[in-house]
Amino acid sequence: MNQLDQLEAKSIHILREAYREFGNLCMLWSIGKDSTVMLWLARKAFFGHVPIPLVHVDTSFKIPQMIEYRDNLALDWNLNMVVGQNQKAIAEKQTFPDGNITRLECCKALKSEALKHTLSGEWERKRMNHTTRQYEVDTNTEPYTGVIVGVRSDEEGSRSKERYFSPRDKSNDWDVDDQPPELWNQYKTDFAKGTHVRIHPLLDWTELNLWEYIQREEIPLVDLYYDKGEGTRYRSLGCGPCTACVDSTAKNVQDVVEELRSGKFANIAERDGRAQDKDDGGSLETLRRDGYM
Amino acid sequence: MLNREQMDVVIVGHVDHGKSTVIGRLMADTNSLPEGKLEQVKAMCKANARPFEYAFLLDALKNEQAQGITIDTARCFFQTEKRNYIINDAPGHIEFLKNMVTGAARAESALLVIDAKEGVRENSKRHGYIVSMLGLKQLCVLVNKMDLVDYSEETFNAIKTEYTEFLNQLGVEPTAFIPVSAREGTNIAAGSEKEMPWYSGMTVLDQVDSFSKLKGDDDKIFRMPVQDIYKFTASDDDRRIVSGTITTGTISPGEEVVFHPSGKESTVTSIEGFNCPERDTIGAGYATGFQMSTQIYIKPGELMVKKSDPQPNVGRRLRCNMFWMGRPPMVAKKKYKLKIGSSNVPAQLATVNQVLDASELESVENKGQVDRHDVAECILETARPIAFDLRNDIEATGRFVIVDEHEIAGCGIILEALGEENSVLDETVQNREDTWESGLVTIEERSKKSGNVGKLIIVHGVYGCGKRRVAKRLERVLFDQGYRTYYLGISNFCENLDQDARTRDQAREHHLERLGDMARVVTDAGTMLITTVTDADDFDIEKLRRLSAPNEVFVVNMGENNFDKYPIDMALPYRPDTNEAADLIVAQLKESGVILR
Repeated sequence: MNQLDQLEAKSIHILREAYREFGNLCMLWSIGKDSTVMLWLARKAFFGHVPIPLVHVDTSFKIPQMIEYRDNLALDWNLNMVVGQNQKAIAEKQTFPDGNITRLECCKALKSEALKHTLSGEWERKRMNHTTRQYEVDTNTEPYTGVIVGVRSDEEGSRSKERYFSPRDKSNDWDVDDQPPELWNQYKTDFAKGTHVRIHPLLDWTELNLWEYIQREEIPLVDLYYDKGEGTRYRSLGCGPCTACVDSTAKNVQDVVEELRSGKFANIAERDGRAQDKDDGGSLETLRRDGYM
Repeated sequence: MLNREQMDVVIVGHVDHGKSTVIGRLMADTNSLPEGKLEQVKAMCKANARPFEYAFLLDALKNEQAQGITIDTARCFFQTEKRNYIINDAPGHIEFLKNMVTGAARAESALLVIDAKEGVRENSKRHGYIVSMLGLKQLCVLVNKMDLVDYSEETFNAIKTEYTEFLNQLGVEPTAFIPVSAREGTNIAAGSEKEMPWYSGMTVLDQVDSFSKLKGDDDKIFRMPVQDIYKFTASDDDRRIVSGTITTGTISPGEEVVFHPSGKESTVTSIEGFNCPERDTIGAGYATGFQMSTQIYIKPGELMVKKSDPQPNVGRRLRCNMFWMGRPPMVAKKKYKLKIGSSNVPAQLATVNQVLDASELESVENKGQVDRHDVAECILETARPIAFDLRNDIEATGRFVIVDEHEIAGCGIILEALGEENSVLDETVQNREDTWESGLVTIEERSKKSGNVGKLIIVHGVYGCGKRRVAKRLERVLFDQGYRTYYLGISNFCENLDQDARTRDQAREHHLERLGDMARVVTDAGTMLITTVTDADDFDIEKLRRLSAPNEVFVVNMGENNFDKYPIDMALPYRPDTNEAADLIVAQLKESGVILR
């Protein structure tokens, strides 16, 4: 087994464990490369099928190609696609792009809050109808008790503390100081009513591992990750107004892998283009404690 | 560069002995830090008028910096010419031992840090013990802060002698002792010719590079805990795939396999995978799946082994060494869950043989419970049989964790498989029978009067097979014909629980025990007690037989029959006609001598 085989096997094991143990399970799909690799790993784990609903929180400010790509893949791979949104904030223009709140407040409202209420079932969920190819209001309003999330421990300090199975209490809080032990492929799959567990199959992967795997498996990604002749591409995807392109001429997965391995990005953090990380020293940790992914 | 080798290393040791500093140094000296990180932390220290420390690099979380101690297993990455490393910074503070266990369990090798000035402390020993229990074979001891003891060879040797003696008691052979100063960078990446000319051994970096990758588990006996059985019929896929992660050994299509504890046998026909190369054999570490030659009925949690290999132990009682992390102590009579491989069964503490004070390795006898941070040798008993190996035979299938309420609270390794005698179940039944006092009416008198003997009648089948309708109808028919009978409807609560599968399992064991006890009373009163049970196996029925003894059990199975150790008394189809089915059962009860006229 090489390193990618090992990472793949561990992730598959975790996905299968989650699927067996949690009756109301979902997987968060941000459309970015990490969670798309995770989705691919689910197809691997379940022999070509994805028996877990995929939840996407649509801030309405996502780059339009992301949404198009999401719906195409959902149809192609027969995905049970569920979308949530902070409809009120968007309707009332209480957003950063509308100029009414700060970046961080906006992240909190459109991502953290929307996610929290979509997972709990309090806010409307929309589910793709594969026959009409339209989203319809989902009749399932049960809270999800297991949530699969594609975070990696090399991304940022607080994520290096995460467990593969990480409990969240009733108010969605993460108690960093008191986490369950994990050993010998045994995870926290028991939970009290009202709480839920976040599951992190990608914890051990680095950005480079992901790209090497995308290359090996030929995983189709949204093409925003590649330069189309203008000398720029996205390294990390988020909302249009808060995510900057990087200068790069990497036109395909091979180029990206080269660039990460030995080129210009070998020592620059991936989230460098994400504006919200810079507004305050520990913002991502603050957001994560509040339920951000 | 593609697919470089990777190794997990854990750093352990007493609080403040300098683990984080060692890691900070390793990262900085191997140029493994993100660009600007070192400068950023240095600037932050300057702004806060604090002297810069390498440990701050790791203290990524705000509250951690405030406390100045590592509270969790932070995972860092560094690379050398040879390979990539994931380094787990395990907290030294006693409050966070479960985090240390988490970090150490992930690792293949360990660095244990001892402060040259403070010497061997309580957690130096406790961590050494846990590392050996977790099965880490490669342990290197770093005697840190040598700069504070003037790089004294004497101090170094004294610690080396003391700690070697301790490790020998555990049967652990350290790979090396290295005198270092993480703060000054001595013997981390660079050598110590200037400071410690008396030391000629390796630097820490050379030492980690010389740790060897664990020998492939492919050469060992084949074992695979069955994680799940998939059939995605709704997506037009008719494959029935037995899935799991192979812990040891290799297997190929055509080989005969046995599943334990059920004992069911079949033959592998194919190795399944999605977007995978075709394989004619697959080995340890792979998360895979197989199709079998027959449609055998097995459950997740069973252990798949080769028929030609040594078979695992199957039993309910095991002697083990255990480390307890839960705040409430482990006590007798309380219900826990034991997780081993992919199985998860109710379990209880039967006996505490001895409790070991891990820091002093002194044993305490006659302790009835296992307290937090105790290491204990004890006997555990599971509610149903499990398949396992002894830890010295096959490590991965010889170790388990214990769940208390919803938390993993203990971990252990299996030393010995014990027989069924003196089990808690036997003891319970024996106690009950010993104190059972009969009245003046004999059982024969009762059956002569009522025309039937007392019997527990179990109508069994999968959910939705129509068994409740049949069972209720049966009560009606028997009652109308004048027999003593009663329909007990408490089985339903097992099926309708709004809970995860595991909680249901626990409730189910509880239900079976209650049912068995009740059956003992009601059948003794000469009544035919009719009830339904969903999805039981041989062991469930055996348990009910033992609990309801001396009056036997009469089993009616509806639909697919998955019992093979104990023959059922009667077979009915899935969803039979209710009235017809009840009449057929009455006829069979007559034939079997349950109904006497």
